Amino acid sequence: MLDFLKKPVASFQDYLLLAGSAFKNVLRSPHYYSDVSLQMDIIGVGSLPIVLLTGIFSGGIIALQMARALASYGAANQVGSIVSITLVRELGPVLTALLVAGRNASGMASELGSMKVSEQIDAMRALGTDPVQKLVTPRLIATAVMLPCLTVVADAIGLFGAYLVSVPLLGLITSSQYWSTSYHDLVYNDLLQGLLKPFMFGIIISTVGCFYGLRTSGGTQGVGRATTQAVVVASIWIFIVTFVIDKAFVNQ
Amino acid sequence: MSATDAIVHFNTVNTRFDDTWALHDVSLALKPGETRIILGAAGSGKTTLLKSVIGLVPVDSGSIQLFDQEVTSMNDHELFPLRAKAGFLFQEGGLFDSLTIGENVEYPLANQQTRVPISPEESERRVRDALRFVELEHTINKFPSEVSGGMRRRVGIARAIVTEPALVLYDSPTAGLDPITANTIMAVVAKERDVRNSASLIVTHRYQDGELMAKFRYDPKSEELVPASEEEQHDPARARTKFMVMREGRIVFTGTELELESSSDPYLKRFFRH
Repeated sequence: MLDFLKKPVASFQDYLLLAGSAFKNVLRSPHYYSDVSLQMDIIGVGSLPIVLLTGIFSGGIIALQMARALASYGAANQVGSIVSITLVRELGPVLTALLVAGRNASGMASELGSMKVSEQIDAMRALGTDPVQKLVTPRLIATAVMLPCLTVVADAIGLFGAYLVSVPLLGLITSSQYWSTSYHDLVYNDLLQGLLKPFMFGIIISTVGCFYGLRTSGGTQGVGRATTQAVVVASIWIFIVTFVIDKAFVNQ
Repeated sequence: MSATDAIVHFNTVNTRFDDTWALHDVSLALKPGETRIILGAAGSGKTTLLKSVIGLVPVDSGSIQLFDQEVTSMNDHELFPLRAKAGFLFQEGGLFDSLTIGENVEYPLANQQTRVPISPEESERRVRDALRFVELEHTINKFPSEVSGGMRRRVGIARAIVTEPALVLYDSPTAGLDPITANTIMAVVAKERDVRNSASLIVTHRYQDGELMAKFRYDPKSEELVPASEEEQHDPARARTKFMVMREGRIVFTGTELELESSSDPYLKRFFRH
């Protein structure tokens, strides 16, 4: 009766096994340091322009919307604190992760998927290299390290975007008011979840991207399918994990 | 060596993908220096059979021994040293796009840590030897995407034989190639057999590939294939080429070229009546 559940449960199990062996390989030699730094460059430096652009605009948008809402309570001077809390706790990590999921989970799935369908993965295994160690673990390390860094950059540039809207554009408050409220109202709890989230998202994006890449079948069509699935599934998991972390932190 | 003297030994191996048999009660033995041509329709389990020899595809039941070691009970990491003793040519060559042809051929030397480490000079020499063997030494610094499909196949052969394995597994070495290129590839395969006396399993759907392996030999003097004489073809020391036909995961025929050609089975006839 529950036969329809078999497939998703089996693939979730496969996913956990892959993620598990990718983690185990972090400590096991051989270490492919050059692959790690190459992936850091692709994921971190490569995503920087798009993260900067979306960061500055999302900060500006929050400030614009909040300014109107806050003005009706006569609290327009609080715009800095609202923007910094929203950005650091929620929007910075999630927006950056969604961008990186769209950019890199798809990249990983299509790259590994093409390698799978052209039998390069099998060739690797035949020639004495563990594909998880050579391909998945470097991507896991690189994404888990670079995504928090990108998030910090996105938060900072977002705050700057909000500053441009609130101070020079709308003239709601003075520059020192803006920066001091946005800085003082942040507590360690905000920073902790603001950095824990991208770390978790990095793990999700890389393992989901690689998982769908490595289980590609059915030629080039299969590569397209794997790419789509990777982005969709990674994005969904980003929201689920955000909810779980928020629940843990907000209820403290 | 075991009692059977075989380097590859399958004993009632079964495996299925969903509802179809990929391997069904497969038993076979391959002795050193033997060549086995595996024919069969698409989806008859030929590639699965070849990949299961080195444990790339897990099987459901039965025993597979490679060089007297049980493949089915080992995981990937345990299999690495064993796989290093067998060369594998993948269907489209299976070359790594991100590496040059020279680096591709060097890959087994650098990554298969079964022997004492070799010096960079020795490694370079062996890469060049292997590429010269397939007559592609000039492509050493090119990327796989810069050469033709037939050349990629030959580079794949060079990579498979650079470690001088006692067994070479060829997955459809001529699939999708024009007849002239296909013959060039098979000439390299026959040359490898006759120069190094290695055993091989060759999956193909071209009967001519098997015919060429059975009827021709590499002549080191003229450096080309020459027809093997009648005596050579029937000399037990040379008659090492056997044919095997697969259908829906089962081996439905094993025997010599003559036995295959004299068969009246309509399925078998499909493979030699072209």
